[in-house]
Amino acid sequence: MSLLSISNLNLSIRKKPILRDVSLTVDAGQIVGIIGESGSGKSMTAYCVTQLLPEGLEPSGNIRFNGKDILQTSEADMCAIRGAEVSMVFQEPMTALNPVHTIGQQVAETILIHEPETSKSEALERARDALNRVELPESRFPLSRYPHEMSGGQRQRVVIAMAIALRPKLLIADEPTTALDVTTQAEILTLLTRLVREDGMGLMIITHDLAVVADMADHIHIMQKGQIVEHGPADRLFQTMQHPYSKALLAASSHVPDREQPQGETPLLEVRNVLRDYPLPRTKLFAKPESFRAVNDVSFTIRKGESLGLVGESGCGKSTLTRAILGLEEIQGGEILLSGEPVFTGKKPNRAVRRKMQVVFQDPYGSFNPRHRVDRLITEPFHLLDSAPSDRADRIAEALRSVGLTPDDAFKYPHEFSGGQRQRIAIARALIIKPELIILDEAVSALDVSIRAQILDLLAELSETHGLTYLFISHDLSVVRSITDRVLVMQHGKIVEQGETQSVFDNPTDIYTQTLIAAAPRLPEDLRNF
Amino acid sequence: MLRYTLSRLQSLILSLIVASIVIFATVEIVPGDPASFMLGMNAQPDTIAALREQLGLDVPLWQRYLHWATGLLGGDFGTSYTYRTPIAEMIAERLWISLPLAIYALTLSTLIAFPAGILAATRRGSAADVSVMGFTQLGVAIPNFWFAMLMVLVFAIYLRWFSAGGFPGWENPLLAMKALTLPAVALALPQASILARVMRSALLDTLSEDYVRTARAKGLTRRQTLWRHALRNALIPVLTIIGLQFSFLMAGAIIIENVFFLPGLGRLVFQAISQRDLIVVESVVMLLVFAVIIVNFAVDIAYAIVDPRLRGNR
Amino acid sequence: MRALLTNRNFAIGLLLTCVFVAGALISFLWTPHDTSGVDIANKLKKPLSEGYLLGTDHFGRDILSMIMVGARTSIAVAFVAVGIGIVIGVPLGLAAAASKGSLMDEIIMRSNDLVFAFPSLVIAILITAIFGPSAVNAIIAIGIFNIPVFARLTRGAALSLWQRDYVLSAQVAGKGPARISFEHILPNVTNLLIVQGTIQFSLGILAEAGLSYVGLGAQPPIPSWGRMLAESQTMISFAPHMALLPGLAIVFTVLGLNLMGDGLRDIFDPRIRREKR
Repeated sequence: MSLLSISNLNLSIRKKPILRDVSLTVDAGQIVGIIGESGSGKSMTAYCVTQLLPEGLEPSGNIRFNGKDILQTSEADMCAIRGAEVSMVFQEPMTALNPVHTIGQQVAETILIHEPETSKSEALERARDALNRVELPESRFPLSRYPHEMSGGQRQRVVIAMAIALRPKLLIADEPTTALDVTTQAEILTLLTRLVREDGMGLMIITHDLAVVADMADHIHIMQKGQIVEHGPADRLFQTMQHPYSKALLAASSHVPDREQPQGETPLLEVRNVLRDYPLPRTKLFAKPESFRAVNDVSFTIRKGESLGLVGESGCGKSTLTRAILGLEEIQGGEILLSGEPVFTGKKPNRAVRRKMQVVFQDPYGSFNPRHRVDRLITEPFHLLDSAPSDRADRIAEALRSVGLTPDDAFKYPHEFSGGQRQRIAIARALIIKPELIILDEAVSALDVSIRAQILDLLAELSETHGLTYLFISHDLSVVRSITDRVLVMQHGKIVEQGETQSVFDNPTDIYTQTLIAAAPRLPEDLRNF
Repeated sequence: MLRYTLSRLQSLILSLIVASIVIFATVEIVPGDPASFMLGMNAQPDTIAALREQLGLDVPLWQRYLHWATGLLGGDFGTSYTYRTPIAEMIAERLWISLPLAIYALTLSTLIAFPAGILAATRRGSAADVSVMGFTQLGVAIPNFWFAMLMVLVFAIYLRWFSAGGFPGWENPLLAMKALTLPAVALALPQASILARVMRSALLDTLSEDYVRTARAKGLTRRQTLWRHALRNALIPVLTIIGLQFSFLMAGAIIIENVFFLPGLGRLVFQAISQRDLIVVESVVMLLVFAVIIVNFAVDIAYAIVDPRLRGNR
Repeated sequence: MRALLTNRNFAIGLLLTCVFVAGALISFLWTPHDTSGVDIANKLKKPLSEGYLLGTDHFGRDILSMIMVGARTSIAVAFVAVGIGIVIGVPLGLAAAASKGSLMDEIIMRSNDLVFAFPSLVIAILITAIFGPSAVNAIIAIGIFNIPVFARLTRGAALSLWQRDYVLSAQVAGKGPARISFEHILPNVTNLLIVQGTIQFSLGILAEAGLSYVGLGAQPPIPSWGRMLAESQTMISFAPHMALLPGLAIVFTVLGLNLMGDGLRDIFDPRIRREKR
């Protein structure tokens, strides 16, 4: 009999079905991946198992865990099961720990709650063991550490330590690595796999990223709109997929937009020996604040018509570099030239140069002032022109049409659009003053894979029709690989490697680049041609 | 923790210096000559000259400030013009009523607000929540001195449980506390209403935090999650409000003393205003501001005790 | 607008507020009786006496008329004090947020902390000791205390807005901090300001009543709720209506404004609104 078996699970929120006839099983020692885009109901399935649903939600169906009927179990008995037999790990490690307790207290709490007869010192000792198991050694991570003194990956390890301290039979991990960098993600996934093998526990891992679970899970379920549309053993599923949604998901995940190779040889953007220091927060009222070098001696060139990728993990300095290129902040050394002219002249941004570049940001929800209409939003860059263009209405219509929207959309407010449509509006805003260079700062990172594929296609098409040059900044290697000609790898404020995208990915020379590429989750190799 | 305390101490001293300069300067902008202002229109020239000398008006401004400020440090507030007695003594005597009153009220307000706020937050939407919210809505809207008058009407005039005013002195502490009870309740009610509302919303905020979900996933019951995880985090905004309330309580005490004819700081300052005794006014104001700044310092230190994130850096 | 009126808190609050604002406005044109004269023959009439709906005070003045005229003082003082807080506090908060971490930000915020150490009553005591009591003192004292309230609120909200990508887009479009503050930040904090404004308005009415009660606010012959209460104090045992009625006027006005503020907060904050449905 399976450790966990869910059958015909249904759940509705205000009459709207969230889960429809979900059935799946998890065996001891088995890793089961659940994949779906946002809103597909994958997290709700997990919350049903632990009965941690928002108040007032009553699922129907059957959930049997270790012989117990979960849906008929009282809240008091559920408390005894949670943390001891079924544990959970969540998406946001930065906020998942209580900031006012030490990590030792928090891990020991799991033990003390379930085994109240344990002495405090013994519980702390066992907490130490659990932390050692998740590779947080005592020398660097004493029990007296507070969460704010640790990085996101380290905090996620603490959460895992809390979850496995009592060696539960089932671990549910809800997007455990989504908020983490690639290298950290790979470490956490390895850790989880090791713990499953060592303890023989079942692992239910929930993610939106097909590649994350492709080489880790034993069995995969694909969810769409509250239903499991396809499932099977991981090693065969990708070949035998039948359902149109899973096929589309797979195609989108490994999507490579059609692109012409670059023609031009003239340099468009030249970045030479750029230094950027940031002042640290003021510690004394009148003392000069200390500073931190975020960008250290960075040089590169983008040729006209080219698409250049800039990859690096959070905190590597890529956002700072972006701001410097956009002329938003003054640099402390080196120069940045666009078509041979500096972006920053005489302590002031150079407006004539700034007209030639625009930017698209990551967050499709925070990119627009919610109080302005689309026509006002996308014409904001006109501020860079000396006088407002006379054919304003025509240019709005043209920009909207070129990103696949209609001119009538100009009179709507941003909240009337979906995430993907908003990203189209953001691109329209970038296009409207006919720039030469567009900087895409994590522009597709927040989108679901299928939407991401559409936006990437749009970008590829626009680069041809409008003769655009792209600087593509991302932490996502697969996206960079699919849309760029050359790539720069950045670490600790420096460019550690640069070259043709294909050759950097196939034969990375720098040790950091090698780690980064090895860490990136990948779909099985044979699917690339599929 | 030491670094944090030192940096807070530094800003405490800075605030005190700036506040004293502001107060000193305000009194200095008195139209015309302070001595003739204090004595009124019909004063004799030689009395004015005598007061000028007593006030030290013949030396430069900054010297007068330094003299006054160093005096304050040593507990010397100067001499009251009207009563010819050291102001420090007068204040000390009055402080024995105003300070216990403020502390009594703060204690009451906390004792009422915490259980009410916690109850409302944990039983959100229940009858208990609705009635706590209703009462606090009313409590916030009632002027404390009017509430005090109503209590006098009910408990002193109709029921005769308490005396309508006056203070018997601290010789019998029980009687003294009894005399301060109605004033303290009047002061505490509006503050308790505000505090209960803040407690409720702070708890509701922390209860929706991710770490509360983590705690539930560990197997803690709702109740355990509340006491072990949510409450301590909710204390941070609550402490801020308690600190702010202290200044309202000091000010409120001055007004409430009027209703109950208590011989506290409030009476002293209003007499001083009507007698144009500027030095007394200046001293009492400085004392009130000093108290507020000290309490805010204490709140800052309490933050660091509650929240480890503040101890290390900053 | 429909959302506004279907919110129960807001509707009740608006009604209460309108009653008192209307009373104050009508009093300019008409009151049931004259409030300046003394009419000893009709003194201390109980409420619901003939011709005197709410009774009369110890000088025989009509209490309803006094409350109507007193509303003028309360509303005017609180309104101007909130105005002072907004007109000075909001630009300071915007400037502090726009220059986050700079010396200017530091100085603005430290001065705010300092002003917080001076409760309105203390400021009023200082001013009155020097210039003598008047309604203007009350306005200044309450207004000064409102400045840091609005400055802090604005700065806090503005700081999180400055992190939004649309602000970055505006910077990319070459707009400066002042322009961004007015075009992108201010419109997105107005909701908060309106809510806080109503709350400060109600606090202002309470503060004005307190100051007038101890004689630091409006002076005779200007009628004010606080002073009506002060005058009633010695007569409370035999004429309780003199103490009850002006007090109730204060409570209902403040309650109305607070309910309106709560209602507005619910209406403006879509997160809470969704939860309630």
